[in-house]
Amino acid sequence: MSGAGPGRPLAHWQHRLAERGVDRQLWLLVPALVFVIALFLYPFFYGLTLSFQPTTGGPFSDYARFFSDSYERGTIWITLRIALPAALLNVLAAVPIAYRMRGRFRGKRLVTTLLVVPITLGTVLTAQGLLNFLGPTGWFNRILLATHLVDEPVRLTHNYWGVFFSLVITGFPFAFLLVLSYLSGIDPTLERAAATLGADWRRRFTRITLPLLMPGLATTFCLTFVLAFSVFPSAVLVGNPAGETRVISLAAYQAAYEQYDYPYASAIAMIMGFVELVIIAVVLAARSRFYTGSSGGKG
Amino acid sequence: MSAFTQLRLDGVSRRFGGQAALTELDLTIEAGEFIALLGPSGCGKSTALNCLAGLLPLTQGSIWQDERRIDTLPPERRGFGMVFQSYALFPHLTVRANIAFGLRMRRLPKEETRRRTAEAVRLVRLEDHVDKLPGQLSGGQQQRVAIARAVVFEPSLVLMDEPLSNLDAKLRLEMRTEIRRLHQSLGLTTVYVTHDQEEALSLADRLVVLREGRVQQIGSPRELHTRPANWHVADFMGYRNLWRGRVEQSEGARATVESSGHRLLGEVVGGLQPGAEAVVAVRPEDIRVDGPGETRNAMSATVEVVEYQGRELAAEARTDTGLLLHLRTEQRIAPGDQVKLAVDPQRLLVYPADASTQPDRLADAPGATR
Repeated sequence: MSGAGPGRPLAHWQHRLAERGVDRQLWLLVPALVFVIALFLYPFFYGLTLSFQPTTGGPFSDYARFFSDSYERGTIWITLRIALPAALLNVLAAVPIAYRMRGRFRGKRLVTTLLVVPITLGTVLTAQGLLNFLGPTGWFNRILLATHLVDEPVRLTHNYWGVFFSLVITGFPFAFLLVLSYLSGIDPTLERAAATLGADWRRRFTRITLPLLMPGLATTFCLTFVLAFSVFPSAVLVGNPAGETRVISLAAYQAAYEQYDYPYASAIAMIMGFVELVIIAVVLAARSRFYTGSSGGKG
Repeated sequence: MSAFTQLRLDGVSRRFGGQAALTELDLTIEAGEFIALLGPSGCGKSTALNCLAGLLPLTQGSIWQDERRIDTLPPERRGFGMVFQSYALFPHLTVRANIAFGLRMRRLPKEETRRRTAEAVRLVRLEDHVDKLPGQLSGGQQQRVAIARAVVFEPSLVLMDEPLSNLDAKLRLEMRTEIRRLHQSLGLTTVYVTHDQEEALSLADRLVVLREGRVQQIGSPRELHTRPANWHVADFMGYRNLWRGRVEQSEGARATVESSGHRLLGEVVGGLQPGAEAVVAVRPEDIRVDGPGETRNAMSATVEVVEYQGRELAAEARTDTGLLLHLRTEQRIAPGDQVKLAVDPQRLLVYPADASTQPDRLADAPGATR
């Protein structure tokens, strides 16, 4: 017989709780819980209930209103059309650069800093820069005109491309930092082993590094996608907010602060969240098909 | 794969920044040989192995496979199998896919890949685990996968980088036999890096002892065991008693050395003139306790520490003049016992002391730690 038989005193209640992970360190979670409840859960449920209390009609009439109006409905497609390619490009561009930079070399810190600086710029400064550089009278067009590559300025701002570039500039540093840390988590000996087994660099990458990196890439894609999907300032500043870059967050903004219809704005926000969740669910489902265990040390 | 009759390392050197990790390594490896690169950590043995594998470019020198220069080839074109200290198994591939990797890279026909993989699996007795991922295996099983993966494509040379250092003592002995068995049955040529002299002695046909990036001695296990070339090698080969002394007289291969008040007769390795500084090296098992007959090199000492080691005892004893001795004996002795000790002059080696003779490594005075 093992364990506490009759007549044997049980361990102290504090020890028994600690065994189940309940101890004083749990207090460390309090600040995070307060934030989650105050800044996420409460606003979320407030918005959710609000979205079912439209100013006119039944509980679902605001949702019906959004989907029956093609101008409103179309914002989902417009946003996806910007956010998905931007997130994909960010991840794909980050991979080769991070791959080249995973080891230690002189000047690594400088290069990393240069690549990450756009994070600090903020959307407005980025938009300002884009207008100066890519606008009709910007340097880019002036160079094209001066070298007679084009006859009239290429329109790269106040349309789809302006927003797209803005999302790439602000989103790439996130993607790069994430991919770099995922790459450093892969034991470099694995590639050396593959080399001694006869794999050239291309097959070392496709057979060993890429499969081990895929889960990380999926996570990175989700995060940069969420960032891009909620695009708002650049859609106004360097996009065409009345037409091809009228993104879904803009629709919600107009409902809330131009029409003062909070229930309708809440409904749009809920739809926005749902679309994001669908994309993330698809990506994470694909992610689970890859090996997600440890890829450092003994394997 | 391209088999060779001879692999020649010609002045192979490697520097890291200003630091020389390996200096002028000359070594000729005959096909079928088992070579052990032996030395303490930081001696350059792993550097040498990585240079051989092509994972590290040389700073100087060249490597020749018969008449073909190979040090300019990338690792994937050398066709050498390598077993890593951390095993470096691909965590996302099954045991079978790990072992088949080298064959796949060579684009062998499917049927042949399947057959040879199965053969290798049988060789390392992992038939029941082929569909598992490496993370589901024990350390010894992972080790066997790593070995199978490195030998399955019949490499002309197998490189092993301290493959047993992550295993527990019992498994280490088993795998040692396993590696030697594979080497013989497959007719492999093997270069094996280790810091464990016992491992190297039991496995290798020839040993290369390195220290601070330089070759100290190349020889058979017997040569290394009985005749280390200098006191550093002796130190590494288990001569735990290293005493500083001064040569009183020398005659042919014999010399008398004064050390801490004892006059000791021994075999000279390397030239020594009377009056020269010397280092005396003796294995713990060559010090006899209360032995009958032997009266030369006799010392009386007090036992200080005794460790039980099964059939034998390992003990530390101090002579009346303060010289500390490490010894092994089957006799039952206890701390505080007065014992008569003696060393056969053939088993007492006398080396010239060199500039790098570190005082703390050598016992020469009362209170010295070793």
